Amino acid sequence: MNVNKLIRDRFFPHIWCPGCGHGTALNALLHAVDELGIDQSSIVMVSGIGCSARMSGYVDFHSMHTLHGRALAFATGVKLTRPELNVFVPMGDGDGLAIGGNHFIHAARRNIDMTAILLNNRIYGMTGGQFSPLSGRGISATTAPYKSIDPDFDTVKLALGAGASFVARSTTFHVKELAGILKKAILHKGFSLVEVLSQCPTYFGRRNKMGDAVKMMQWFRDNTAKIGSNKLEEHPDYLPRGIFRETNAPEYCAEYARMSAGAREDRI
Amino acid sequence: MSSELLFVQGNEACVRGALYAGLQFFAGYPITPSTEVAEHLAEMLPRQGGCFIQMEDEIASMCAIIGASLTGAKSMTATSGPGFSLMQEALGYGMMTEVPCVVVSVQRGGPSTGLPTKVAQSDVNQSRWGVHGDHSVIVLTASSVQDVFSITVEAFNMAETYRTPVILLFDEVVGHMRERLDLPAPGVLPVVDRLRTSVKPGINYHPYLPREDGRLPMSDFGGMHRYNVSGLFHDIWGFPTEQPETVDKLLHHLVDKIENRAGEIARWKEYHLDDAEEMLISYGSSARSARHLVESLHQRGHKVGLLELQTLWPFPAKLVREKTAKAQNVYVVEMNMGHILAEVKKAVRNPDRVYLANRTDGQLIAPADIGKVMRVIEGRGV
Repeated sequence: MNVNKLIRDRFFPHIWCPGCGHGTALNALLHAVDELGIDQSSIVMVSGIGCSARMSGYVDFHSMHTLHGRALAFATGVKLTRPELNVFVPMGDGDGLAIGGNHFIHAARRNIDMTAILLNNRIYGMTGGQFSPLSGRGISATTAPYKSIDPDFDTVKLALGAGASFVARSTTFHVKELAGILKKAILHKGFSLVEVLSQCPTYFGRRNKMGDAVKMMQWFRDNTAKIGSNKLEEHPDYLPRGIFRETNAPEYCAEYARMSAGAREDRI
Repeated sequence: MSSELLFVQGNEACVRGALYAGLQFFAGYPITPSTEVAEHLAEMLPRQGGCFIQMEDEIASMCAIIGASLTGAKSMTATSGPGFSLMQEALGYGMMTEVPCVVVSVQRGGPSTGLPTKVAQSDVNQSRWGVHGDHSVIVLTASSVQDVFSITVEAFNMAETYRTPVILLFDEVVGHMRERLDLPAPGVLPVVDRLRTSVKPGINYHPYLPREDGRLPMSDFGGMHRYNVSGLFHDIWGFPTEQPETVDKLLHHLVDKIENRAGEIARWKEYHLDDAEEMLISYGSSARSARHLVESLHQRGHKVGLLELQTLWPFPAKLVREKTAKAQNVYVVEMNMGHILAEVKKAVRNPDRVYLANRTDGQLIAPADIGKVMRVIEGRGV
C-alpha cells in the first residue's frame, strides 16, 4: 500500500495538534481510496473551515478549502456539473452541523452522490475550545464555563431523518473498521454520511478531564459497540457503530439527467 | 441581424443574455423581484443540457455556482436585497479565489425586508462594499430590456476576462417591465470563452500565477491538473500563506486587475451631451425618466444632456470628469439617498454644482420629479 502518492508533501507538517484524531481519519480515508484504486484526478475534496477542513490541503486531489459550513453547497455545484467525479466532503461538528446544518440536511434530502465525513470531536478546536452542537449537556468549554446546557444532535439520526441513503458511524480507535466503512461510503451511489468520533485532547479532553489522546481513544473503545453485537445488547447505553442505512434511492444527478433528457424530448 | 423578436420582461432578457453567453449552471433561491430569472432558467437549462438547481438558501446558491464554475461551467445566480446580503461572504470567496461567475441582483426597497415589490436603487453601495476586506468589483446595470440582454452577455465576458464574479445590478422596474427584445443571432455579439491553461499534464501548473497580460489561465476541476483553491491568502499554487510579501502582492493584484482597467470596463450611453450646460447622470430605470426629461427639454431648445452609466463599479470617474467638464450643473438621478451622487462629487472639478434628484418612496422617479429639482436649483421655482 502506498498512500504517499495521495498526499501533498509540500503542505506538511500538518497543523493538527499532537494526539488529534483527524490524521487517523485521513489515514483511513487514503487507505480506502488506495484499496479501491480510484484515480486521484477523479476526486474532488471540498472542505469548509476548522481543523477538519484543513484536510483538503493535504491530499493530492482537486481540492477546495471553502467557507465555514458551506462545503456541501460548493460540492453540490461541483457534483451536479461533473457527476462522474468522486466528491469527498470532510466536515467538523460545528462546521457541518451548526453553521452548515441547513446545507447538511438538504444535501442529504437530495441524496446527491457525495461522501460526507463528519469528524466529530465535540468542540470548536480552531478557535480554541468552544462548545458545539455535538458537545452535549454538561460539557465544559470556553463558552460554557459553567458547563453546557445545550442538548446535542445525534448525527446519525439526523442524517437518517433527512434522507441520506448511506449512514454510518465509526471512531478513530476502530481504524480498519473506519477504512472499510469509508470504502463502502465512497462506492455508494447517493449521499453518504460517515460520522467519525475523533479526539481533541487539546481542548475537549483537557478541559473535560478525559485524559490524553490514548485515554480518549480508549473511551471510544469502551463506550461504543457494533450494531447487532452482544455488547450493544448488554449495554444499550453505548453508542452504536457500523452502517445504519445502505439503501438504493434515486440519486440527484441521475434524476437530473433523466429529467433533462425528458425535457429535451419534449422540445422535439 | 436578428434571429428572433420577443416581447419580454427584463428578467427574461437577462436569462436570454446569459444563455447567449453560454450559461451552463444556475443555482438560486426564490425572491421577489428576481424570481422570474430562476423560473425561466428552470424551464430552459434542462432542455439545453445545462444544470438548474434550487438551493436551500442564497448562501448555498452562491457557493454552488462557484463550485460549478471551477469545473469549467459558466455559472450564475439571481437574487434581490436580503438574498444579496446573504451572498456577500461567498461573493468575497469568489473574488479571493478568482472564480468567474455572474450574480444578478434585482433591487427592491430596503433595508431589511423593505419593499419587496417596489423599486429602489439602494444597493449600489452594497454591491461595491458588501464584501468584507479590501477588494474591487465589477458592477453593471441597464435601463431597457434590450440593454439588459447585451449587458448580461458583457457580464459573462468580463467574468471570464478578469477571472472574477461580476454583479448585474438591475432594479424592479427594469426586471419586470416588458419591452421588445431583438435577439441577436449567435455570433453577432462577442462571447468570451474560458481561458484554459496550455500547461501539459505532468508539468507544474500554477493556478494563481498571472500571465504578463495579467490574466490567469484556468484548469477545470476534474481535469489533468490537481490544485488547491482557498479563501485564505494563498501563493501561486493556491496554498495558504501568511508570508507578508505574498499577501500584499495578492491583495494588490485583486484590486489592480479591476481598478487599473476601469477605462476598458466602463460602459455608458449619452444623449445630447455635446453642448449640454445642464447635465443629468443616471442609470437603470431612473435613467429612463431622466432621458424622457432630457429629450423633451432638448426639443424646447434647452441645452440639457444625459450620461447613462452602465458600469457602476469600478466607478468611471475619469469618464464622468471629462463629460461634466463644460456643464454648469450636474444632476444625479437615482432612487436612493445618493450613492452615485457621492462618486460624482468626488470625480468632478466642481462638486458644489452636483445635485441629487432622487426618490426613495418605492415609486419610480418621474420626469416631473427631476424637472422640479432642476427648476429649484436654477432659481425658477417649482
